[in-house]
Amino acid sequence: MHVKQDGSKYGVGISMPRRESYEKVSGSAVYTDDMVLPGMLYGAVLGSDYAHARIKSYDTKAAKALKGVKAVITAADFDMQRCGMLIKDEHPLARDKVRYIGEPVAAVAAIDMATANLAMQLIEIEYEELDAVFDAEEAMLENAPILHEERDSYDGIVASPGLHNVASYTRCQEGELDVWETCDVIVEGVYETPAQEHMYIEPCSTIADIDPMGKVTVWSSQQSVFIPRQLTAEALGIPMTKLRFITPQVGGAFGGKCGVTNQPVTVALALAANAPVKLTYTRSDDMIMNKSRHPSRIYMRTGADSSGKLIAREAKIYFNTGAYADEGPLIGSVATFFSRGPYKIKNMNVETWCVYTNRTKAGAFRGFGVPQATFAGESQIDELAEKLNMDPFDLRMKNMVATDDKWLGGQNIDHGTLPGCLKAVYEASNLRERPKQQKLDNNKWRGIGVSTSAHVSAVLSASAVVKLNEDGTITINTGAVDIGEGADTILSQMAAETLGLHPDDITYTCTDSDTSPYNYQTAGSRTTYVVGTSVTQASVQVRNQIYKHASEMLESAESDLEILPGSFVGVKGSPDARIPFSAVAGRALNQVGGPIVGMHSWLYHNTPFDKETAMIEGFALDGGGVFCFAAQVAVVDVDKDTGKVEVVEFWSAHDVGCAINPKSVEGQIFGGVVQGLGYALFEELVWIDGQISNPSMMDYKVPGMNDVPYDIHAIILETQEKTGPFGARGVGEIPLNGVAPAICNAIASATGARVRTIPATSERVLQEILKLE
Amino acid sequence: MMETISLTINNEVHTVLIETRQTLLSVLRDKLFLCGTKNGCNHGVCGACNVLVDGKAMRACLLLAITLQEREITTIEGLSENGELSLLQKAFASHQAFQCGFCTSGMLISATALLDHDSTPSISKIRHELGGNICRCTGYVQIIDAVKSVCEGKTDCT
Ligand code: FES
Ligand code: FES
Repeated sequence: MHVKQDGSKYGVGISMPRRESYEKVSGSAVYTDDMVLPGMLYGAVLGSDYAHARIKSYDTKAAKALKGVKAVITAADFDMQRCGMLIKDEHPLARDKVRYIGEPVAAVAAIDMATANLAMQLIEIEYEELDAVFDAEEAMLENAPILHEERDSYDGIVASPGLHNVASYTRCQEGELDVWETCDVIVEGVYETPAQEHMYIEPCSTIADIDPMGKVTVWSSQQSVFIPRQLTAEALGIPMTKLRFITPQVGGAFGGKCGVTNQPVTVALALAANAPVKLTYTRSDDMIMNKSRHPSRIYMRTGADSSGKLIAREAKIYFNTGAYADEGPLIGSVATFFSRGPYKIKNMNVETWCVYTNRTKAGAFRGFGVPQATFAGESQIDELAEKLNMDPFDLRMKNMVATDDKWLGGQNIDHGTLPGCLKAVYEASNLRERPKQQKLDNNKWRGIGVSTSAHVSAVLSASAVVKLNEDGTITINTGAVDIGEGADTILSQMAAETLGLHPDDITYTCTDSDTSPYNYQTAGSRTTYVVGTSVTQASVQVRNQIYKHASEMLESAESDLEILPGSFVGVKGSPDARIPFSAVAGRALNQVGGPIVGMHSWLYHNTPFDKETAMIEGFALDGGGVFCFAAQVAVVDVDKDTGKVEVVEFWSAHDVGCAINPKSVEGQIFGGVVQGLGYALFEELVWIDGQISNPSMMDYKVPGMNDVPYDIHAIILETQEKTGPFGARGVGEIPLNGVAPAICNAIASATGARVRTIPATSERVLQEILKLE
Repeated sequence: MMETISLTINNEVHTVLIETRQTLLSVLRDKLFLCGTKNGCNHGVCGACNVLVDGKAMRACLLLAITLQEREITTIEGLSENGELSLLQKAFASHQAFQCGFCTSGMLISATALLDHDSTPSISKIRHELGGNICRCTGYVQIIDAVKSVCEGKTDCT
């Protein structure tokens, strides 16, 4: 933290307003769909009418002949190739086969939307319908129709497990298998979680513009400029030199805009029409054509001895990945990796299948496999506590991991911050004094539920360039896309802290694949840790170069220098011996040394699994690290006559190492908790005969202000992460992970009814209540 | 069918050639390039397109532009004056009452309408009145805090 002459504070640890505050509150922030280019055409995508069918032929003549239509394309026109982040199994437009209702199969560019929509009605596609399968376990049966006949030959980093319709299979086993005899209590159950829609308020949108040399510039609502460029290049067979990706403001993403969405189709339309094209999905197209969270069915069994010590857990996790794998293999691996929860359980045996079915694909969504595993695991902790006649909080305290314990797979937990999180929610919610079950008016009952969760906050590579400008200000350039979480602001704060600059003296470059250094994606709660490290280290390099020049200019040892507020460097203890950064920049540019640029690039190395203690099979990740922990408490009221649940208060404690911008951390917590509340109580895409029956905001409910409590308490703890920038670790995903089990545990405490299928709609809750009577 | 109409938007009269079935949202965004008003669903559910019509918050995606010739329309662009933000806008900035910002225009319009009619709403009234504006990012707490701070006359909380 620094203090300006006027007393205002800046740098790390300050809740400074977002860099882009003015644009966003004045309505002037530019999102992709707000842009218009001269001569721009409008795109639309035609979806398949069948859940599973062979494409026999296309007839696009009538559509092409319509006045105002400039391009009609199918996979055949472009020789589109399969692409995918982990398994190359998906064409941007279906080729040879369609595998779900609504799968993009043709696209149109026209002078306006009305013409584009009319043209779509004129496209004739002849299909030969095939049998379809919609349930993950049914799809694994030998007689189920096969979605990907050529799965075994697909390229990608995940090998085929060779099982019927299985995209990937993961297993982790530790300890012994036959220990169930030694358990005094065992709980066993089947847990089901829904396909949750991301429902970012900005539907996917892309604009592609083509220059006379054939280079295509792409503006899109996306979570990276690099991954979509790579996948577009692969799908269309275009070299990356012909593709430039830029990200304007992004109206929310949550994982839904990871990988590619409609960029390849938009680029193909622009190339076909030789004109700029905008393709913005309608809300229902977005819901049908873009991914959701993996729905899961989890068979889980956990055993403990009579003292409450957890002994064994086994789980079979089925993830329905829909027609394409997307990041499913990695999500399945992560679910396996987090299936033990933050507890010491010596004997573990967990298997996860990620299975193809004829539904819209599932993929990355905040939490990335952890919410599903946590729902089952945290429900079972409470079920065990009930059988043991123990307080569920005490059972957690007894078994939780702490510093230097091992995670599933053998990684060391360097900062075991869970005990602190549990104690914090215990005290803040006054858990000791609160009745577990309380009768209110009418037939309303109040209950309280606890959950814990964990996440990692570092994966893959990033880089940053920090430049000293002629006037002594700074330009930061990273490939990190701010999807609304505030990366631009907190990365600026880190540079500001390192260089003593006010964030107003820092400019942050828009992410551009041609000019930004590489960064993987805004995903995996990794930006603060991974990109933050690069920005900080690059800033340190700039600072060192400033010191070197200043030491010669001020004739003083580098160790005697310090950075002063207002972009000055000076001699410690001599207020007059100081020079502005601009003088240093001028000297570097014109006299000695050349431009001052800091550059840092790195790859986060996961701690590898311990192959001695764990049997690991099929993991799409080679280890984990930088664990973060959380504890949550929900108070709910349940109407026993109707089954309606209301969350009345919620506590969520997180150890973030160092809160670079505390208000932004709180924002992540509030937002994650409310998305988790929707997941727990309302949200579910519903398929009937392979067709999504609620593809609109009207029919798919996300929580509004009236559906969530104002009393959500974000508790921030700060146990410094030794390796993190300023001691920070990530917080983007973890607030969502444990919300559903905390709420379902509270429902059980209020009513005695255990809901094992979420969302816990009134109907499901009531059914469970009635079973007790 | 095309028709030329006059719309009064942010105290300025715009004469514009529209399709008779065109919504106000489409006219604002596609004809007048007032793109601060957002399209989140186009079906009247999310509130991202909210504008003030004679001081009342309404869904621009559900209004036919042609029916609004005698009305006063205010969009997000009209909440600030000569670049100077309103108190509510400033409070949204200082409370970080947005993340991605896509719901923010509509949220600010609804909150402006609320405070115009009741300068000291209770939290439950705020939750009720803004209940039709969906935000997928913030969890709403900081939005409520921002609105409250304006009622209480303090917008700076940094
Ligand atoms: S766009 Fe009008 S309510 Fe959603
Ligand atoms: S700030 Fe993203 S939807 Fe509200």
